[in-house]
Amino acid sequence: MSTLVETPSPPTARAVGARRSARVAGLVAALLALGVVSVASLAVGARPLPIGDVWGGLTDPASPAYTLVHDMRLPRTALGVLAGICLGLGGAVMQALTRNPIADPGLLGINAGASAAVVTAISVLGVTSFLGFVWFSFAGAGIVAVLLYAIGGGRGATPARLALAGSALSAALFSYVNAVMLLDTAALDRMRFWTVGSLAAGDPAIVARVAPFVGLGLLLALGVARPLNAMAMGDDAARGLGANPRRTRVVAIAAITLLCGAATAACGPIVFVGLMVPHLVRVLTGPDLRWLLPYCAVLAPVILLVADITGRVVARPSELQVGIVTVVLGGPFFLYFVRRRRMERS
Amino acid sequence: MTDARLSGEKLTLAYDKRTIAQNLTVAIPDGSFTVIVGPNACGKSTLLRALSRVLTPKDGAVLLDGERISAWPAKRLARTLGLLPQSSIAPDGITVTDLVARGRYPHQGLLRQWSREDERVVAESMDATGVGALADRYVDELSGGQRQRVWIAMALAQQTPILLLDEPTTFLDIAHQIEVLDLCADLHEQGRTVVAVLHDLNHAARYATHLVALHDGRLVAEGAPGDVVTAELVESVFGMPCRVIDDPETGTPLVVPAARRKAVA
Repeated sequence: MSTLVETPSPPTARAVGARRSARVAGLVAALLALGVVSVASLAVGARPLPIGDVWGGLTDPASPAYTLVHDMRLPRTALGVLAGICLGLGGAVMQALTRNPIADPGLLGINAGASAAVVTAISVLGVTSFLGFVWFSFAGAGIVAVLLYAIGGGRGATPARLALAGSALSAALFSYVNAVMLLDTAALDRMRFWTVGSLAAGDPAIVARVAPFVGLGLLLALGVARPLNAMAMGDDAARGLGANPRRTRVVAIAAITLLCGAATAACGPIVFVGLMVPHLVRVLTGPDLRWLLPYCAVLAPVILLVADITGRVVARPSELQVGIVTVVLGGPFFLYFVRRRRMERS
Repeated sequence: MTDARLSGEKLTLAYDKRTIAQNLTVAIPDGSFTVIVGPNACGKSTLLRALSRVLTPKDGAVLLDGERISAWPAKRLARTLGLLPQSSIAPDGITVTDLVARGRYPHQGLLRQWSREDERVVAESMDATGVGALADRYVDELSGGQRQRVWIAMALAQQTPILLLDEPTTFLDIAHQIEVLDLCADLHEQGRTVVAVLHDLNHAARYATHLVALHDGRLVAEGAPGDVVTAELVESVFGMPCRVIDDPETGTPLVVPAARRKAVA
């Protein structure tokens, strides 16, 4: 039996202070890594560039690399960063909101809603431009978010009800997407790249259109970090601490809708990053969302860009879509990671 | 009657359509260690949930300092009234210090983040509950008794003059039950008003300064344990014949269930 031991007050002040500095340093290191990977993403491709030429290609219209870097690789890289933020944050908020460790941005059906809307746009309305996809994607994500909230119990929503409603919606919408693609082969062709998830279509106009939504989603997500922390201990405990679970849930779903809608619109449903990154980051930060969320927002783009660069290198001069690379490389790694974690625990 | 900052006036409590209690009026005397007792499904926990504004009454009102609790700003309320719910979830991989630190939520805001004061209160709360030595341990690794003390430390870190505990001894073995109750008694002696729901009538009689007995959502008796716990009351509320004797340790009432048949000699 444990007895009340008279212990000297632990040096928590210093310990917490030191841990805080370590976490800030880690975040800075992650940002540096993002910088390095971004430069690599500008340099590597079917036509590799020396690092020196990358700078010229960015800033000097007279440089021979200008068109390549400025018009193709820069938007592609920017899109990778934005999509990474969306997927990493979306996954982390989703896992916190549903208290479900296997939640990813796909779980609540919001990706499915965006996909269904885009398929409808391509097949029924004949929309062909990626710019056109953006609005349909957001509309689909938004409609599903509202449906989800209504079906999931509205004011009485619980994590389990949300996850169940989301899975049901997701299944129904994806069967619709598959049906449309089977019946309409022309649409299938146009959809193929998009449904796998690819950054190759990076276009400055898409980046510019998606960026504000990502920014807003980022702010909302970081804004609910503290109340979501309180809700991690149960709704009753959260209310006891003075948090408002109902309002937090609405804001968190809005954030997920913005982030998932943006990511799906820009590069199709890239799976796995949203599931994997929060788990990897949790090892670094623990379950405190005030640190977990910013880390996810920085490290998910790093992983996505690394996957994209890998896809450009392995199949040169052709490419593998980033959505395929994340699963092929990430899958085995994640299995190994989960297995090792379990063994450490037991 | 003594002053009561916290009271329920003519409460009707219900989950969806299932009514638990009607026209229930109850006051929590200031500075008391109030224990709510009654048989299963009598509405004990429901009453506590209403008093802590987790459950909104269908009718009537919970008053704190004369004001409807629903009109209190959430964080200000959380600095006055702490709650330890019956089932809380410890986030996966959280350390004891981090969990206790989450009790500081109502004292923080976007602009007012972690401070020296938070630091000090968290350390004090851990010392007061005897979990200081566990500071860096993971909550999932602790025994049930240790874990419960960590949750109480979290509620303490909220620094509230009133503390509500929903069945704090459930799932603990007898030694840990007594340990947690002794801790609650200490917190009460330090000047807090403590309200707890307890299953064990003898524990309630030993530790409470004020007992509230419920049956079918009605208030059956309230007052000092010595006045409330009688053989007649226990039989009418729990439907169990018994004798009430003096607890040889404390002199408080001790309920001894009547034997249906004599012990096999």
